[in-house]
Order: sequence, then C-alpha cells, then structure tokens
Amino acid sequence: MNYFVDERGYYGDFGGAYIPEMLYPNVEELRQKYQAVIDDEQFQQEFKALLKDYVGRPSPLYLAKRLSGKYGANIFLKREDLNHTGAHKINNTIGQILLAEKLGKKRIIAETGAGQHGVATATVCALRGLECVVYMGEVDIQRQAPNVARMKMLGAKVVPATSGSKTLKDATNEAMRDWIANPVDTHYIIGSVVGPHPYPDMVAQFQSIISFETKKQLKEQTGSELADYVLACVGGGSNAMGMFYHFIDDESVQLIAIEAGGKGVESGYSAATTTLGKEGVLHGSRSILMQTADGQVVEPHSVSAGLDYPGIGPQHAHLFKTGRGKYVSITDDESLQAGLLLTQYEGIIPAIESAHALAYLEKMKFKGGENVVVCLSGRGDKDMETYMKYFNL
Amino acid sequence: MRLETSGHHLISYISYLTSHISYLTSLEMNRLQQLFEKQQKGLLSIYYTAGYPGLDNTLKIAATLEQCGADFLEIGFPYSDPVADGPIIQASSKEALDNGMTLHLLFEQLKDLRQKVTIPILLMGYVNVVLQYGVEEFCQKCQEVGVDGCIIPDLPMYEYEEMYRTTFEKYGISNIFLVTPQTSEERIRKIDGLSNAFIYLVSSAATTGGNLSVSEGATAYFKRVSDMQLKNPFIIGFGISNKETFDAANQYASGAIVGSAFVKNIDTNNLEGSIKEFMKQFR
Repeated sequence: MNYFVDERGYYGDFGGAYIPEMLYPNVEELRQKYQAVIDDEQFQQEFKALLKDYVGRPSPLYLAKRLSGKYGANIFLKREDLNHTGAHKINNTIGQILLAEKLGKKRIIAETGAGQHGVATATVCALRGLECVVYMGEVDIQRQAPNVARMKMLGAKVVPATSGSKTLKDATNEAMRDWIANPVDTHYIIGSVVGPHPYPDMVAQFQSIISFETKKQLKEQTGSELADYVLACVGGGSNAMGMFYHFIDDESVQLIAIEAGGKGVESGYSAATTTLGKEGVLHGSRSILMQTADGQVVEPHSVSAGLDYPGIGPQHAHLFKTGRGKYVSITDDESLQAGLLLTQYEGIIPAIESAHALAYLEKMKFKGGENVVVCLSGRGDKDMETYMKYFNL
Repeated sequence: MRLETSGHHLISYISYLTSHISYLTSLEMNRLQQLFEKQQKGLLSIYYTAGYPGLDNTLKIAATLEQCGADFLEIGFPYSDPVADGPIIQASSKEALDNGMTLHLLFEQLKDLRQKVTIPILLMGYVNVVLQYGVEEFCQKCQEVGVDGCIIPDLPMYEYEEMYRTTFEKYGISNIFLVTPQTSEERIRKIDGLSNAFIYLVSSAATTGGNLSVSEGATAYFKRVSDMQLKNPFIIGFGISNKETFDAANQYASGAIVGSAFVKNIDTNNLEGSIKEFMKQFR
C-alpha cells in the first residue's frame, strides 16, 4: 500500500488540485518546482541550519516519568512546544519562506485561525525581510488579541476576513482570493497539510523533521527506533503528519490521530471530521469534510482554535480510509483536564490542541512497558485565558 | 504500479471513445451550441444567484431577462465557500443559502423552465455541491429540465477529462472552461479541444465583481487569444459592469457576461422593474 502522494497528486481517492483556473499558474509552478527545490543541497543546508540555530532543533524527546507511572507505559513527549514561537508551525514556515525566496517571490500571504500559523509566518517574514499579509477571521481577531499584536509587532499586516462565518475557513478563502489577484509576485504559505497538491505533501515534508528526529531519539533512549504507539492531535493535521511521516511504512507502529470532539460528537458543536464528515472537496483538495447533504461546509466547534477546522488533509483521509491510522476524538472537557494533569504531573502547560492527544492516554489500555510517543505540538501560554476561565484560576 | 496505470488509461480511453461515438451519433446540439452556430457577435449573458433576493425568484428572473434581450444565462447555485467570487456574489450566495436554496430545490424550481424560457441556460457553482448531488444525477437532471451547460470553476481540466467528461457528454451538457491572462497558449489549446460551446475568458487576475480596465495589457491578452484561431468562440467575463465595458469586450469576443453588477442592481422591492431598468443600457 502506498500511503504517500502519487504522480497525479493523489493519496488513493484523496488529494488533487481542485482550484479555479486563476490559481492554476501559481499552483502549477509550485508543483513543478517544489521537489527539486527541497532536494537541492544548498536549500537543505540552509533549512537545517535555521531549524538548529533559529528554531532550536532538535526538540527533545522527553520520557515523562510521572505520567508513565500513572499509565503503566513509557510515555515520551516530543517537545515541539519548545520551538521558537511555541509550536511545530515554524518548521513549515521556515521551509516555505526559503522556497518562496528560491521562486523569486516578494510578498507572502497566509491564513490563520488562532494566530499560531500567522505568528510563525510573520516571524519568518521578519527574519528574511519579506512583506507579509495575514488573513484572519474577524471573530478570531477579537478572540486572539495577543497573537494579533505579535503579528503586527513583527511587521505583518493583519486583514480581517469578514465573509461567511468569519473564522479560519473564511480566512483561507480570503487568502486564496488574494492569491488570485496577485498571481506573479506572491507566495501563499498554507499552514497545514491541506490545500491543493503539492501543499499537503510539501507541508508534510517540512514537518517530517518531527518523526525523523523522534526515530533517532527513540533509538538512543530505548534501543529501538520504533514505538508501539504514536499519538498526535489533528485539525488540518500538520503536526500529526510530521509525527507520523517516518513511521507510516513501519506497520507495527500504531498511529493514532486525535480529533476535536468539541462538546461531544453528537452535540452539534464538534470538529470530529472523520466521524461527522463525508468525502468532498474543500480548499482545493478532495478529502473528508463536515458538510450538509447539499455540500455546504459546516462550521465546526472546538475549545481549541487550532483544531477548529471542518476538514482534514487528504493524506489523513487516506490513512483513515485504509485503516493505517486510527482516528478518534476527545471532548473539550477531556482535553482541558488532560492539560491540567500534564501541568501538575510534569510541570508542562500544553496547548489545548496538544492536550487532546494527551487526553487519549486515559482511554488506552496498556499491558505495561509499551513505548508511546505523544506529539506535544505547542505550549499553553496562548491558552491561559481559557484555562483560567475553565478552572477558575 | 506501471501496469496498473496503463490499464487505467486504456479503460478510460475506451470509455472515452465509446462515449464520443455515442455523443456524435445520438445527441443533437444543445441550445447553447445552436446559439453559437447562429450568432458569434455581441452576445449578452447575465449571471445571477438562484435563491436571491427571494427563494422563489429563479424562474421569474430568467423570464424577465429573456424579455429584456439577454442571449443566454448563468444561474448560480450557491456555495458556502466561493473562492473565485468577489464580495457581491459572496453576499448573494450567503443570502440564498440563508433563504434555504439547495441544488435539489433549484432543479425542482427549474422543472417548468422550458415552458417559460427559451434561451440557453448554464448552471454555475462549485464542485463540492455537484459531488454531493452526484455527478451523473446532476447531468441527468440538467438534461431533464433543459439546462445546456455548466461552469464549475474549481473542477480542474485533468479531473474533468479523466473522470467527468464521459458523463457530461452522455447527457449533452457543455462544460465551460475558464481561461485567464496567465493561462499558457498550450493550455488554452487543450481547453479548446475539450470545449464544445464557448471558452470563458476571465478579463483579469481577479475574483468576480471588479472593473474591467481596458488597458494595453488586457487588449493584448484578448488579441492574443483571438489570434489563436480557436475552434470555440470566447466570451469575456469578470469586470463587465455596464454598456461601456460590454462594448469594449465585444470588440474582441463573441460576447460578454455581466454578473456582480447585475446582482448588485437587483431591487428586492421592485424585482422586475429593476431588472428592466438595468437591461435598458444594453438592449
């Protein structure tokens, strides 16, 4: 079974590039050039140097001893929360900004939900001196004031998306419209493994550093580069794809993707895409998305803005459909409790996104001694207000 | 892997041939093809969103536009995430959805289309809505109610050719492709080969509802396409908002499409009157 992209840009039934003709030249240019650029030795040197000296990689693989004692398994945390800007998002934006430079682009656009990808994009634009425009839903701008301020301080222009539901999916639509209007000098840095081919593959390759390092670190710490279980949360799915990437062909490793169940999968306030969604096309690729019978995209809900997306990347849809990955969901309440638990057991305040992955440990049954890796995709500083309200801190 | 791929191609080639033969032998020209057979100059087409301003206005608007001299129409079926559209059509789509418009309902409304309207009709909307309806069911229904073609901006050429073409041709539905100032000559030729009614020339790199500026760049682009001697006529759309831009487009093309400007001018309280008033400038 091939779990990776084929030459047509598909993962089994999913993927492709469902874009209006106005976007074709931009996407086609990327499709033709991305692999050669990424494989170029000089690009790799620059990419690795920035990841090491600027982002702070490799991120540690930390054996959480008290958590391991509680669950009766060896729980390793892949510490993406320790990256510069506080999450895995920067791995992708570093890769794409270098790529944009190689393509001769002068202007960068991006979409953002909670603001994490927007901050990561504004950061690399400041680093390389490129113009940066970030689209963000009007509703999210109000909910995420500190990240809006960060982006502005970094020199980015934050443009409110006022169409539709005024959240992440509408910010994505606005970014695509901007790209339509600026087809020559602009590169669109998509923040997840979604969008038309080659984005899902390109972003997965940039994020694959997560599992590349994890294998080496597991080998050093356990003697084997393979774990029994690898867990990660999924919104669009970029940290999960980075965490799974180098384990996908090791079929003994169970891949578990945790979606946001919101207030409960049946509550009408959920973002559990694989349970609630159907096959269709969203933001340029064929995948699984939450939609009405008429094909209108449904607004999802999650306490975690980073998981609040009505679709998943096409490679995830393929892993789900083929059964290679197990896709489950965790509610808002379960995730917040898991966030508190990690804080008090290990002294690490996780992002609520990552707390969804941690919460699934409660539901697993261990014989004892299994090696489990959880991707701690981001830190919880940005979520303090939510934690404070929920726990009355 | 290689064997599988070539097998796949062989099967699609055979089904393509079969469909093409049945298309040539069993189907007559649809209304759109007949129109272009007859007339290749000064055609006026109007776009509007089904379900806007009122849920049940679809046929009324079509009939009024025909009376006012429109040569063919695009009826938009709304989608929640219309990336190729500017603010006006986004807003009309959202309102139409809020009013309760669906593709099922639209086909229901179009049941008596051919008793009321004789000019060619295209449906325009996004691919996900068609996928959920079912591609075969969609084409079948189009044929049944008398729709002649469709414009699905986010259905790419590759997917159309590999997966949808045989179905579209089986039901005599013309699929209209978009061409932009950035589309290469090679690709335009390919699109010309796959088209059987007209090619939709997007006036500039923009979403719908801008203003056509008849700049040197734009005229060079129209001329470039015109000089290619394509087998299909082309119609210019995006940014055609009034008589002036309509006439400018018609210097190069077989006609032009007015969308956002028309939608913007619809007066909810005076539907028929506002349409007639708007159309006066053209006819």
